Amino acid sequence: MAKRDRLSGNEAVAVAMRQINPDVVAAFPITPSTEVPQYFASFVSDGQVDTEFVPVESEHSAMSACIGAQAAGGRTMTATSANGLALMWEMLYIAASSRLPITLAAVNRALSGPINIHNDHSDTMGARDSGWIQIYGESNQEAYDNFIQAVRIGEHPDVMLPVMDCFDGFITSHAVENIELMDDADVKAFVGEYDPEYYLNNASHPVAVGPLDLPPHYFEHKRQQAQAMMNAKKVILEVADEFYKLTGRKYGLFEEYKMDDAEIAMVVLNSTAGTAKYVVDELRANGVKAGLIKVRVFRPFPVDEICEALKNVKAVAVMDKADSFNAAGGPLFTEVTSALYKNAGTVNVINYIYGLGGRDVKTDELKSVYTKLEEIAKTGKVDSVYNYLGVRE
Amino acid sequence: MAFNLKQEAKKPERLTGGHRMCAGCGAPVVVRGILRALNEEDHAVVSCATGCLEVSTFIYPYSAWTDSFIHSAFENSAATVSGAEAAYVAMKRKGKLPQGETKFIAFGGDGGTYDIGIQSLSGAMERGHNMLYVCYDNGAYMNTGIQRSSATPKYADTTTSPAGKVVPGKPQSRKDLTMIMVNHNIPYVAQTSPLGSKKGGLKDLHEKAQKALYTPGPAFINALAPCPRGWRYDTPRLLELCDLAVDTCFWPLYEVVDGVYHITYFPKEKLPVEAYLKPQGRFRHLFKAGNEHLIENIQKEVDDRWAMLLKLADNA
Amino acid sequence: MSKKLSVPGVDVSWKDITPGGIVEAGTCREFKTGDWRSVKPVWKQDACKQCLLCFPVCPDSSIPINKDGKREDFDYDYCKGCGVCANVCPFHAIDMVDED
Repeated sequence: MAKRDRLSGNEAVAVAMRQINPDVVAAFPITPSTEVPQYFASFVSDGQVDTEFVPVESEHSAMSACIGAQAAGGRTMTATSANGLALMWEMLYIAASSRLPITLAAVNRALSGPINIHNDHSDTMGARDSGWIQIYGESNQEAYDNFIQAVRIGEHPDVMLPVMDCFDGFITSHAVENIELMDDADVKAFVGEYDPEYYLNNASHPVAVGPLDLPPHYFEHKRQQAQAMMNAKKVILEVADEFYKLTGRKYGLFEEYKMDDAEIAMVVLNSTAGTAKYVVDELRANGVKAGLIKVRVFRPFPVDEICEALKNVKAVAVMDKADSFNAAGGPLFTEVTSALYKNAGTVNVINYIYGLGGRDVKTDELKSVYTKLEEIAKTGKVDSVYNYLGVRE
Repeated sequence: MAFNLKQEAKKPERLTGGHRMCAGCGAPVVVRGILRALNEEDHAVVSCATGCLEVSTFIYPYSAWTDSFIHSAFENSAATVSGAEAAYVAMKRKGKLPQGETKFIAFGGDGGTYDIGIQSLSGAMERGHNMLYVCYDNGAYMNTGIQRSSATPKYADTTTSPAGKVVPGKPQSRKDLTMIMVNHNIPYVAQTSPLGSKKGGLKDLHEKAQKALYTPGPAFINALAPCPRGWRYDTPRLLELCDLAVDTCFWPLYEVVDGVYHITYFPKEKLPVEAYLKPQGRFRHLFKAGNEHLIENIQKEVDDRWAMLLKLADNA
Repeated sequence: MSKKLSVPGVDVSWKDITPGGIVEAGTCREFKTGDWRSVKPVWKQDACKQCLLCFPVCPDSSIPINKDGKREDFDYDYCKGCGVCANVCPFHAIDMVDED
């Protein structure tokens, strides 16, 4: 039976790890993800899991050990944030190209510099082209649910890619919320056994992994990797469907909040969605046709679906908690606008960079974004595409 | 266990031909020596740091390793294999693997071991994984074209420590990685080299590899692996160079078992270091008139390190 | 039992190439390096005492040992002609000669 509890996002993910009972967890402490391996180490110490916990000396070695472990045939997990993810960078690409379905709890934190331990999305946004599936979650419940689904998604034979379960540092990782936990046996049955066809520890069928791949074959391997990411979209929906039947909690590629007749909309990731929903409710009470799209799956990016969802909207604000320093707009903005290319000219889109380095995002600020959208919807004119929200001018 | 070459020779080859290391390279000789020490029935999972050995032995779709093999990057051979070993322990515990033993071996050149990989190596050894790390030390970044490493001997001419009009090659001394590994207090550390026929050939390397592989816990072997391109000597002289390295005490052979030092080779007559330097093009500039003091300087360092080792081994 | 992976040729499509670059162990036997040689070792069987000092020092695993533990003639598919074996042989049982 499912059980109601009160947990922080980090503890919820650690509990998911315990329920999954992976073969190897290799991790290194970094705020705000430290608690994940910390909780997990206590599960190991208390004999609640069969996992080998590898307390590595760096995040680079964490991802390297995960690669070695997953290639060897073990189900493998880790957690990190910000600079830790950056130190893994080289290995993220190798995990993906080696087609190793490692699961990573990515607790979003601003990437140095300057150093800052608080939340934004500059860490995982930097890793958006590393070949990892990226799933974002608004709450502790979503961080937990996404982590469990991530295992199934990554390990699907049509996918075989590593997955990041992204959620906001401190806001989600440390705040304690009510949560509905699955029964241990249900999680176990849902994720099943990791049963790779080829693995290093198979003495009766030795294989070699990680070649020098020269021009005659490298491109074919990358094309095949790209296909796996394309296949992932369908698998993510299938897994979500199965998860819904088991838990009653529904997941898709993104969540549409009051979008049916929306004339203006905001596109956001992670915990800001909670604040934005509150604002939407207020606006709706005043007769404003406001809506919200909370992107759950950023990699693969749901291009056609986002385009469809926004086709009747007159003005959209894409909210980026990371800057691209391209003098044009943030990473989510770039994705959404290219998705909307098919509807070019019918939807006006603006971008806000907000909340960098843990700057609080207040309802009044989000309300001002909707006010701007109302003005654009009315006049059809956009005076500024690339904007900052909440920075002192 | 006594070394019986005839018995060992009957074991199947674990590194195939067809790899693309240079003709006469020392590294595959070291690798073959290590792998031959495996019990025939045991499986191995081998990892390799990016470097000559890796890029020559696994060019898609050709792997020269008859055991399982993984390469992931340059600085993390130890971390990668430590993960594979951890998975093995967990999978065994869960009953997912059949009977039989698997050994975990990481290889790295001196660049991947002394320099960029030292953190990963140190971490894996400290964590106590049941694995063997083997450094094939050829004294420079040979794969990228002979750049100096912290294992490059003093005054050697490399492409990033060129012997010029003012600077006589690499100004710094070699890092003593073997001693660093001894100070990790792991069960087994050894320094070895393949040798010529008069010095027992692969005996020293084989015996150390066997101990390292079958001593539970982490083990480290540092093996000299001459590089004809980087050292600039006549290719067939591979083992002569090794012999000279040990007879001059430039590369002493020893092992440290649970903290106790044993020197495994004492030269009958300790040769002056010139004997080792002379056949190598990378030291040619040292033999110009006026550079005698540089060789004296190297000699002093070799003597000091040898004296220190004798003291540690209680042979002083 | 997992399916054996095929060794793809240079014309393999991305749909058929082995995932992530994984290959079977030991496939390097299919790649011949013998044509690198400019000089070649010649085994003088009469002079050979079967001391076996040559086989472990071959960087290219090109001195086969038979089931009786005796060396056989060179495997010229892989031998690169480095001359290390000839140099190490105490009985001068290996000559290095120019390739034709």
